Amino acid sequence: MDAMAITSIFVLSVFVGFEVVSKVSSTLHTPLMSGANAIHGVILVGAIIVADHSENNLELGLSLAAIVLATINMVGGFVVTDRMLEMFKPKKEGQK
Amino acid sequence: MSSTWYSLIGLASGVAFILALKGLSHPKTARRGNLIGAAGATVATLSVFLYVTPGKDGAEAHSLPIHNLGWILGAIALGLIVGVPAARKVEMTQMPQLVALFNGVGGGAAALVAIVEYLNLGDTATTAEVIFTVFTVVVGCVSFSGSIITFMKLQELMTTRPVVFPGGRFVIAGTLVAVLGVSVWVVVALGTTPLLVLAVLSLLFGILFVLPVGGADVPIVISLLNAFTGLTVAASGYVLSSTLLIIAGTLVGASGTILTRLMAEAMGRSLFGTLFGAFTAKPQAASGTAEERPVRSGSPDDVAILLNYARRVVIVPGFGLAVAQAQHTVRELADLMISKGIDVAYGIHPVAGRMPGHMNVLLAEANVPYDQLAEMDEVNPTFGQTDVAIVIGANDVVNPAAQTTPGCPIYGMPILEVNHAGNIIFLKRSMRPGFAGIENELLYDPKTMLLFGDAKASLTKVVSALKAL
Repeated sequence: MDAMAITSIFVLSVFVGFEVVSKVSSTLHTPLMSGANAIHGVILVGAIIVADHSENNLELGLSLAAIVLATINMVGGFVVTDRMLEMFKPKKEGQK
Repeated sequence: MSSTWYSLIGLASGVAFILALKGLSHPKTARRGNLIGAAGATVATLSVFLYVTPGKDGAEAHSLPIHNLGWILGAIALGLIVGVPAARKVEMTQMPQLVALFNGVGGGAAALVAIVEYLNLGDTATTAEVIFTVFTVVVGCVSFSGSIITFMKLQELMTTRPVVFPGGRFVIAGTLVAVLGVSVWVVVALGTTPLLVLAVLSLLFGILFVLPVGGADVPIVISLLNAFTGLTVAASGYVLSSTLLIIAGTLVGASGTILTRLMAEAMGRSLFGTLFGAFTAKPQAASGTAEERPVRSGSPDDVAILLNYARRVVIVPGFGLAVAQAQHTVRELADLMISKGIDVAYGIHPVAGRMPGHMNVLLAEANVPYDQLAEMDEVNPTFGQTDVAIVIGANDVVNPAAQTTPGCPIYGMPILEVNHAGNIIFLKRSMRPGFAGIENELLYDPKTMLLFGDAKASLTKVVSALKAL
C-alpha cells in the first residue's frame, strides 16, 4: 500500500475518533473505554495473518500466543461491555 | 475471495467500529453500538480465513486454506474458553480491573504480532516497516506490563498508594533513554537480539511508568494505555498492509486519547501531571496518622432518629457500598424515607466506585430510578439545604482535603461537598483511609456521626430501626 494512502487513512481516522466521542457524559466513560478496548481486539486479524505467514515453530508459537491473547481481548471485551450496558436498559418488566 | 472483496469487508468492519463508538457515546444507543462493534469484529475475523494475505516479497503465494488452520482455530478456542467466562462471571465491582487486564493482553498480542512479522520478514523488511515494528513492540509491551500493574493495584494485590523510591525518576528516565537507544539500534543494526532486549526494556518501563501512579489516577492510566494499544494496532496494520487494523487502531487511539482527557477533567486531574507524575513524584511521608483522635460513633437507632426528622437526605454511595453488595438495601432505605415524605437524592461522584460511571452501573443494577441519581454539579449546591448526608463506603470523594490541602494526592479533585450538610453520617468498616490513602478530616467533625460495620448489615439495622419509629 502506498504511504500517501496510509497517511490519509490514518489522519482521517484520527479526526473521526476525536469527533465521535467528543461529547459523552461521565456515566458512559467506563463502558465507552471498555468498548474501545474490545475494538482493538481486532489485532486478532493481524495475529491470524502472521500465523499463516509463520515459517518455523518459534514464529508459530508466538503467533498462536498472540491469537489467544487477542481473542481474550476482543471477545471478553465485548461481553463485559454488554454486561455493563445491560444495566442501563429501560425497565418495563418491573422487578427482576 | 478476491482482494477487492476482502478490502471491502475490512472497510465495512471499519465503518461498524465508527458506528460502535458513536453509539457508545449515548445512553440510549450504547448497547446497540457495542453489538455493532462485536459484529464488525466477527466479520473481520471470519474474512481473514477466506483470503490469503501476501507475505514477504519472494515468498510463494499459497492457496486456501490458510496455513496452520488447525492451530489457529485451537488458539481461538482457548481464548474463548478463558475470555468469555471471565467476562461473564466477573462481579461488577471487579469489572475495572478486568477491563485493564483485557487491555493489557491486547497490547501484548500486538507486540507479539509485530515480533513475529519482524522475524518473518528478516532482511526483506523496509526501514519504515522496522520503525513501525519497533513502535508496536515498545508501546505494546508498555501497555501490557503497565496494565498488569494497574490490575494488581485495583485488585489490591499490591499497595494502591504511589510507589516511589529514592532516585526513582532517574531510574525511569534512564530506562526511557535505554528504550529509545535500543530502538535506534534495532532500526540501524536489525536482528533478533536487539528486538528482544527492546521488548524486555519496554516491559520494565511499563512497570516503572505505572508504579508511581496513585489509586485515584489508575482509571486515567488504564484509559491512556487503552489508547496506546489502539495505536500499536494501527502500527501493526501498516506492517501487515491491513487497512482495517489501521482504521480500528487509529480510532481507538484517537477516541481513547479524548476519553482520557475527559476522564481527567471529570476527576479534576491534570493529564500532564498524571502522565509525568513518574518523573516529578517525590517520596512522601505516609500520611496515615497513628494518633488516636476522638470520633463520634452512633448506633443504628441514632441514625434512624436523625433520618426520621430530616426533610432532605442525600445518599453518597462509594466503593464500600459496592463491596458490601448493599445497593439493594440502600434502595430499601431510600424507598422507606420517601414513603415518610423525606426528599431523597443520591449524590454520585463522577469517579465513585473505581472508574467514572461505575457507581451508576451498580445502582442501575439495583433498579434505582434514574431521576434520584444526581450528578455532582447538580447536588453540590443543595447540600446547604440538606439535613443529613449519608456517606456509605465512600471517603476520598467527600474529603475536603481535596479543596483545602495543597500537595495532598487528591488536591484539586472536585468533591461532593457533604461538609455543607447539617449532619453527616459515615457508614464505614473501619477508620482506614480511602483508596487514595489520605486521612479524612471530616471524620472528626463535630457534626459527623460514624456507624461502624459492614455497609449492608448496618443499613439493614437502620432500616428496621426506622420502620419501628
